Amino acid sequence: MNTSASSNIAPQIAIQIKGLVKKYGDKFAVAGIDLTVAKGEIFALLGPNGAGKTTTVEILEGFRNLTSGEVKVLDFDPATKGEAGRKWRNRIGIVLQATIDAADLSVQETVEHFAHYYENPRDVNEVIDAVGLREKANEHARNFSGGQRRRLDVALGIIGSPELLFLDEPTTGFDPEARRAFWDLINKLRSEGTTIFLTTHYLDEAEALADRVGVITNGKIIEIATPATLGNRANAPARITWFENNKVNEIESINPTSEVQKLISRFDGEVPQLQVIRPNLEDIYLRMIGENR
Amino acid sequence: MNTFKLGLLRGRMEVKVFMRGRESVVFTLLFPVLLLFIFGSVFKDTIAPGVTFSQYFVAGMVASGLVNTGFQQLAITIPMEREFGTLKRLRGRPISVAAYFIGKAYLVIILMILQTALLLGAGAAFFGLNLPTQASKWFTFTWLILLGSACSTVLGIAFSVVPKSGRGASAVVSPIVIILQFFSGVFFVFSQLPGWMQHFAALFPLKWLTQGMRSVFLPDSFASQEVAKNWELGRTSFILVLWLLVGLVISIKTFKWSKE
Repeated sequence: MNTSASSNIAPQIAIQIKGLVKKYGDKFAVAGIDLTVAKGEIFALLGPNGAGKTTTVEILEGFRNLTSGEVKVLDFDPATKGEAGRKWRNRIGIVLQATIDAADLSVQETVEHFAHYYENPRDVNEVIDAVGLREKANEHARNFSGGQRRRLDVALGIIGSPELLFLDEPTTGFDPEARRAFWDLINKLRSEGTTIFLTTHYLDEAEALADRVGVITNGKIIEIATPATLGNRANAPARITWFENNKVNEIESINPTSEVQKLISRFDGEVPQLQVIRPNLEDIYLRMIGENR
Repeated sequence: MNTFKLGLLRGRMEVKVFMRGRESVVFTLLFPVLLLFIFGSVFKDTIAPGVTFSQYFVAGMVASGLVNTGFQQLAITIPMEREFGTLKRLRGRPISVAAYFIGKAYLVIILMILQTALLLGAGAAFFGLNLPTQASKWFTFTWLILLGSACSTVLGIAFSVVPKSGRGASAVVSPIVIILQFFSGVFFVFSQLPGWMQHFAALFPLKWLTQGMRSVFLPDSFASQEVAKNWELGRTSFILVLWLLVGLVISIKTFKWSKE
């Protein structure tokens, strides 16, 4: 309502999208998106292949032009060319979807080279340590596994001390241990105040990292919420299973506690193999995608 | 960091990567020397008093080296960089397209110096190549190398949007270069080629570069045996500058960071 109040809020916004539309021919890749990401936030964009995730991210990164709408990233139009555009790129970090680039340069050489592009680069060795490539520092990316190459991509994404980091499916090809290490790295970046815009196929990753998630299908965002409340998850029916009459019994209830109470009084104590299963983010997500197909 | 310094930094990195690619070193740097050994061993006769075929051939190979290290090399590797996402990754960084172009030009100049040194060294050591002694000839040599490298670089960048894929680039680019080499008097004596071939070749820089290099490596008496009875250095510089400007405009206008 009050303009002075909104201009005080504006510096706290990292990404602002209003009515974003992207058409290829007469096909809508993005069909009207509104979204605001706050500074310091980790936002995850979820959606099936072809839903418009990558198109949206690449418009935010300045790789593609929009058809209509308005986009501001760090209070700047990403499509701007020339010196101003480069000044803006100095403040962001981009980790693209898996690249197959395999230059004959070592990790150390590559990270050192890219550090020169930025006004305020991070320490090269710190970055190599942070992505867990210390032991591979003198090896060439040509011989790396997918997960190792991805970690190099991440190193090159954060070398410029970005205020805002884009991660497009960052952990594809990681083993579980590497994924955990990567999550720790992201949480460390968060604690330093970096805003992170993430797309991922892994719902556990979104749940572990994101403050908020947005679900996109057919070029539209169908819901934005915290991982705990997405798709009315907090109030969704839980499954209760237990063993009785030589088989596993199952009921669904939106009041699982009272159902469990009834079971306890019926069994007068221990309920055999009792489980209360809340829907996980993946269940909720798949239901939402199914309903919106 | 300013664009020029960043361009040189990229250039040094490009040279390092190039030198580590065994195939590219052999194919781009050593292949012309190999050709010299083959042609120099087969054709031992003189084509004019005091002018061996090797002498004639080295002039042509130095000139076509400009096309190989610049045009051919860039028109093959840039589509690959585009396909592998190297260019897109660069696009997302605070670096200008000019710095990228400067890096490529630096690579071409370094490769050209190495290749020419190898050719002249092998020619002098094994095929009795006479190196020019007059300063004016080395002056011509230097401006031909610099102008030729620049011209070849921008034309390679400009042509890099033509191949549809990185994998197929070599199949599109290499035949063009080989045909131009045949038509421009690299493998044969230019004045003995059919007229239509000479006229066609005269549209492109390679013919002028080879003729210019002959003015450096062949005695001035040979000028009378050229088609124009003259080295035509003025016209050569004019045509190279023209192609340089055309290539520069096209490469700036059409350069794409990614395939979309």
